[in-house]
Amino acid sequence: MGQRIDVKDLNIYYGDFLAVENVNIEIEPNKVTAFIGPSGCGKSTVLRTLDRMHEIIPGAHVKGEVLLEGRNLYAKDVDPVEVRRDVGMVFQRPNPFPTMSIRENVLAGVKLNNRKINKSDADDLVEWALRGANLWNEVKDRLDNPGVGLSGGQQQRLCIARAVAVHPQVLLMDEPCSALDPISTLAVEDLINELKKEYTIVIVTHNMQQAARIADYTAFFNLKAVGQPGHLTYFADTTTMFNNPQNEEAERYISGRFG
Amino acid sequence: MSSASNSATTAAGGKTADKVFKGVAYACGILILVTLAAVALFLLFRAWPLIGGDQAQNVAAIESFTGNKAHNFWQFVGPLMFGTVLVAASALIVSFFISVGIALFISHYAPKRLATALSYVIDLLAAIPSVIYGLWGGIVLVPAVYPFWNWVATYFGWIPIFAGPAANPPRTVATVALVLAVMILPIITSLSRDIFLQTPRLQEEAALALGATRWEMIKLAVLPFGRSGMVSASMLGLGRALGETMAVLMILSPGLTYSAHLLQASKNQTIAANIASQYPEANALGVSILIGTGLVLFLITFLVNFIARKIVEKASV
Repeated sequence: MGQRIDVKDLNIYYGDFLAVENVNIEIEPNKVTAFIGPSGCGKSTVLRTLDRMHEIIPGAHVKGEVLLEGRNLYAKDVDPVEVRRDVGMVFQRPNPFPTMSIRENVLAGVKLNNRKINKSDADDLVEWALRGANLWNEVKDRLDNPGVGLSGGQQQRLCIARAVAVHPQVLLMDEPCSALDPISTLAVEDLINELKKEYTIVIVTHNMQQAARIADYTAFFNLKAVGQPGHLTYFADTTTMFNNPQNEEAERYISGRFG
Repeated sequence: MSSASNSATTAAGGKTADKVFKGVAYACGILILVTLAAVALFLLFRAWPLIGGDQAQNVAAIESFTGNKAHNFWQFVGPLMFGTVLVAASALIVSFFISVGIALFISHYAPKRLATALSYVIDLLAAIPSVIYGLWGGIVLVPAVYPFWNWVATYFGWIPIFAGPAANPPRTVATVALVLAVMILPIITSLSRDIFLQTPRLQEEAALALGATRWEMIKLAVLPFGRSGMVSASMLGLGRALGETMAVLMILSPGLTYSAHLLQASKNQTIAANIASQYPEANALGVSILIGTGLVLFLITFLVNFIARKIVEKASV
């Protein structure tokens, strides 16, 4: 089941540079929350703080709290590796491991930390994850072929299968469809609708129609000028955001009269 | 060259520059082939008395080289080939893991400043002439390393290659391998480091986002990506070790056997060191024989590179 995320007074830094300031947001479990906003406003940066991927860049750090079901992910005794097992991530471009077969890709996360899994459990898990990613019927006869032999859309669904195979509570998606054609995009969007029954989903997208189609809640990020920190400008349920936004900046951005 | 590219401001000049550059590039490419062919022909030509000359004289010359131990060319060059490959392979085995370790440390663990400093030091190692390594090996390492080899022979002597007693002074394949390992370390390290740094960020993040530790990320993303690069780097290192002359000559106590007891002295000799040690005193026929062994070394190196290329091709499919 999905878990809720509460972000409290989060300031995100790259070295000394404050990239995003003072984010407060409540992300509901088993809903899709979309982050939208102009380039450079920090929406991907915020997303990457939710599984502590932000800090893999040297000098990057945060101040504030991210609570996953009440547990602060940035508490001193929390291991980021453990956080990333609970919070899965799908990236802008599909990134299956190039030397691995489809099957090995799905199992890559499961086999980490010296965990052993016997063959029949592994078979079941592969089928379950690939079915969950709506990919099973397309690849079931060639599970031992390389993952990179699939089409872009299939690869992205393979990456989703790989992410769900470790049974996360939350799935983060950083513009998952930006490298895909419209048909593959539709397949992934349908999948996101299915996945929210099991997981809390946060998605960054540049495509406002996409946000309107799939998100339950939408957060609009903006920045005053280049070099200034980004911030969360407006957060609302998606219907309000796109039909009757109570915020002028958001309204201008959505109606395309931005800047 | 520079005048051609300076005049390349107009469209016509651009075409000329293009042609000039094409010509220069072709010439460079062909030059390397011509050089290689020239070396091969030289070796073959100078070694010809050995192949086509009076065999009775050859036998006599080889017997005088080896103190009557070898009676024909293959008996002579066989142990040398074995020694060459043994020394080079031992050096590569020692160097490979250390080099990859250093490369990974520089590319993925060390803070930026330390990484820069370390890269600099490693590149500096490559600039030290091999005669210096030979001196250092002979004067410093040989006396200092004996207790270690003695310890190895005592506790790991049950492994055939470490069978004792350890020679003292240890002018042995094991000591030479250590020195050669240091000599080939820079090239393997810097090439591996470059390839590790090129690992696609997306692959690394894919691994980390699945909950991989740093080491697991390296196993999942960095090493598979760098595999073919590591093989090529090793082969370049091996090539250098196969041909290394001075350091071997100055450290190793030579012998002509097929022994793989790394800790015992006077068992092996390499082709290159053998040429260097016997060349000054050899007559015309002796030189031909030595050049014949050089031809064999040339072929071994060629073969090693060929095999490496095949491995890389297979790995990158």
